[in-house]
Amino acid sequence: MSERDMLEEIRRSIIMGHLDAEDEGFDGSMEGTPGTVELVEEALEARTEPQQILTVFNAAMEEVGRLFEAGEYLLPDMLASAECVGEAMDVLEPHLAGTADTQKGTFLIATVKGDLHDIGKNIVITMLKGAGYQVRDLGIDVPADDIVAAVKQHKPQYLGLSALLTTTMTEMETVIRKLKEAGITDVKVIIGGAPTSEEFAQKIGADGHCRDALEAVEKLEALRSAS
Amino acid sequence: MAAATMAAVRKALAVDPATRLSADRVQSIHAASLELLDDPGIWCTGERALAVFEAGGCRTARVSEGGRQDGYRVRIPAAVIERALESAPDEVVLGARDPANTLVLRGKEPKVYFGTGSQANLVLESRMASFRSEEAPEQAAMLPVYSESTGSIAHLCRSAHLAEHLSNVDFFIRNVNAQDESIPSEHRDVNIYFAALLHTTKHVQGGLESLEALQPMLRLAELVATDGAEPGGANPGGANPGHADRGATGRDGSVRGLPVSFIACPVKSPLQMVADTAEKVVAIAEADVPLVISCSPQGGSTAPIQEEGMVAQINAEILAGLTLAQLARPGCPVLYGAVPVRARLDNLHDFYGAPEFVHYNLGCVQMARSYGIPCYSSAGVGDAKRPGMQATVEKLPSHLSVAASGAQYIHYAFGLLDRTNVFSPLQAVLDDGAIGLVKQVVRPCSFSADDLTAAVEEIRSVARSSGVFARRVRKQLRRGVVGDAYAFADDGQADRVLERAQRKLEELYQLEPRRLSDATVDRVYAAVPGLIDRRMFDIR
Ligand code: B1M
Repeated sequence: MSERDMLEEIRRSIIMGHLDAEDEGFDGSMEGTPGTVELVEEALEARTEPQQILTVFNAAMEEVGRLFEAGEYLLPDMLASAECVGEAMDVLEPHLAGTADTQKGTFLIATVKGDLHDIGKNIVITMLKGAGYQVRDLGIDVPADDIVAAVKQHKPQYLGLSALLTTTMTEMETVIRKLKEAGITDVKVIIGGAPTSEEFAQKIGADGHCRDALEAVEKLEALRSAS
Repeated sequence: MAAATMAAVRKALAVDPATRLSADRVQSIHAASLELLDDPGIWCTGERALAVFEAGGCRTARVSEGGRQDGYRVRIPAAVIERALESAPDEVVLGARDPANTLVLRGKEPKVYFGTGSQANLVLESRMASFRSEEAPEQAAMLPVYSESTGSIAHLCRSAHLAEHLSNVDFFIRNVNAQDESIPSEHRDVNIYFAALLHTTKHVQGGLESLEALQPMLRLAELVATDGAEPGGANPGGANPGHADRGATGRDGSVRGLPVSFIACPVKSPLQMVADTAEKVVAIAEADVPLVISCSPQGGSTAPIQEEGMVAQINAEILAGLTLAQLARPGCPVLYGAVPVRARLDNLHDFYGAPEFVHYNLGCVQMARSYGIPCYSSAGVGDAKRPGMQATVEKLPSHLSVAASGAQYIHYAFGLLDRTNVFSPLQAVLDDGAIGLVKQVVRPCSFSADDLTAAVEEIRSVARSSGVFARRVRKQLRRGVVGDAYAFADDGQADRVLERAQRKLEELYQLEPRRLSDATVDRVYAAVPGLIDRRMFDIR
């Protein structure tokens, strides 16, 4: 297969949300055929430039976004495509090291202490991985001190906090205070979860609020280009 | 239980249960749930729950699984679950300030109670305003206008007062999330329950935010249960403080219980037991207070979207929680708490108007009945943001079919909009009207052979004479087989449903609150720490 065909296959595979050979893809017909992960491995073996593959990821996700906006794709379809990119990034990343624009940055995310809700947080993770961020999930019910320790350890550019309870959203303020106390000022904190709002984000000193996962991608892009 | 003691309790709606699953399917779902509880089992992080499972004969193994903090896999053998199902009582008594509002739930009996539910963050208040068409000024209409505010203790008090006076509300789950900043977090539980208990004589239920609040809560409940009785009397009329059989039939055979019970969600879907809530389950079970083991998987995100997958999973999750409670204290009163919802496919938010919301719930009702455990079920939430037509249409299918299935305890049924985010008193009044109609629709068929003979005679006689049956209707009215119209139907041409419902709401707000006696309130303030200024509970 020519390199061009190979890249086109990857693009198509992502749009179809076809993760790997075990996955049946968007229309249920693709089980047994190589999925995004296998195709990316194949392309790398054939010495395709990793940077070119990355460009295809972005182009494919743009198309998926368009299909979602147009109502042709439902959220599970979009998440399936984002998952393809997320998994394929794991394959691609070691080959990208050192090249320019390898990563958009590292994003750490947690559901704050006392809170178990993670459906929304997990959507945010999938979408951000799909958008090319390195995402580390600290899980649910994470104490502020653990978040601060993880920030020290992984040195992410961005920190996301999620809370679904009015009783736990105040914990976000604690996290931000503890980050300051630890002298950490170079991580951008964005927050989300049903009871939170832009005003709340401002009040607690966060760098932004996201209504949903799409807005999380937009906010990060905006923060990235501003920095 | 002695029949004489039953006369005092609140009347439930008896139905001939409609079913969705065949007996074979119920059996195979049970088997599938057992299979899941054995493999992969439950993933568990809480030491306390783990100790209970281990002592109860479950196999546990420490594991470190992709991306998660370390925990244990608990494999619950079928025999342990079967024993737990045997020890769970098939009868649960939920007491109330007014003994006549006591609820008796029996797992095998399809008798239905309806109540409020959830913990809405926002309250949508309404009033009517008159509008005139700009194009045709002679055209005028009365329409509701709304204001939305953050839930507070004052809203909760008004909501409990409303629930007290809505005739189809059988129990009160604190339905407004009181977010008053003046209440310290460690005292939220007692204040929330006190606000409810102060304004309704019906059973009060909710979650426990803090386990430390359990003992003060029980003290509060016991004091409230003795309202109106002399302090220090031998058995002051209510639940006996410290009685081992709280929430069950008393040893003297009388049906009394605490006016309060709890809800806990020990399992996070799929199949993960959470340390904090599992600990609450163990503590509440040990205190022998009725407890709903509630699970809320979302079909399409935290559970399969197809009903067989959803019901097999939620059933396994509830059985895991129920087993934990029964191992902690065999025989403790539990409800099978089913809150299965479906995800919307554009944003994965809950989708209550979905047909599957009904299918899932019907499956759960049948599973619970097959075990003989009373079912806490869910019906009547709207995705709509405002009261009215969309909300009512979304709610009706679940109101009707879950009631027809004979779920013993239907929560969520009043006033919830915007997927449980909003409580609307006006919608609660509309729901009360809809449930009034539903109750009549699902009324079981009651005629006997004699009634049929009498009907044939009636037809014969009328057909030979006037040809009009109207006169004979009176007898059937007396027999109680003729239903009423929808509470907010209009006699004329205009549709004034919202206007009428709003008027009814305002009338109900004007009714005298059925507050606890001053003596009880004094006793509560003396014994329960953390209550806020009593004027904050005043709705007048
Ligand atoms: C950058 O970082 C970012 C950026 C964007 C971010 C972000 C982070 N996080 C979120 N976003 C944003 O993007 C996401 C994607 O678009 C969005 O995420 P969302 O999470 O908003 O949206 C999801 C896609 C779908 N929405 C959800 O997943 C939440 C749905 C509701 C029904 C809900 C669920 C599912 C659950 N619950 Co809970 N639960 C409710 C919720 C009611 C509601 N209608 O919201 C709510 C939040 N719960 C509530 C309650 C009371 C509880 N729950 C509890 C438990 C649970 C379940 C475990 C059963 C389950 C969670 C399962 C899970 N895996 O997450 C208990 C608490 C446990 C705990 N300690 O956390 C318990 C206390 C119940 C009990 N008595 O035990 C209420 C909270 C009231 C309050 N105090 O504020 C509640 C509003 C329901 C209600 N009306 O009563 C955005 O907010």
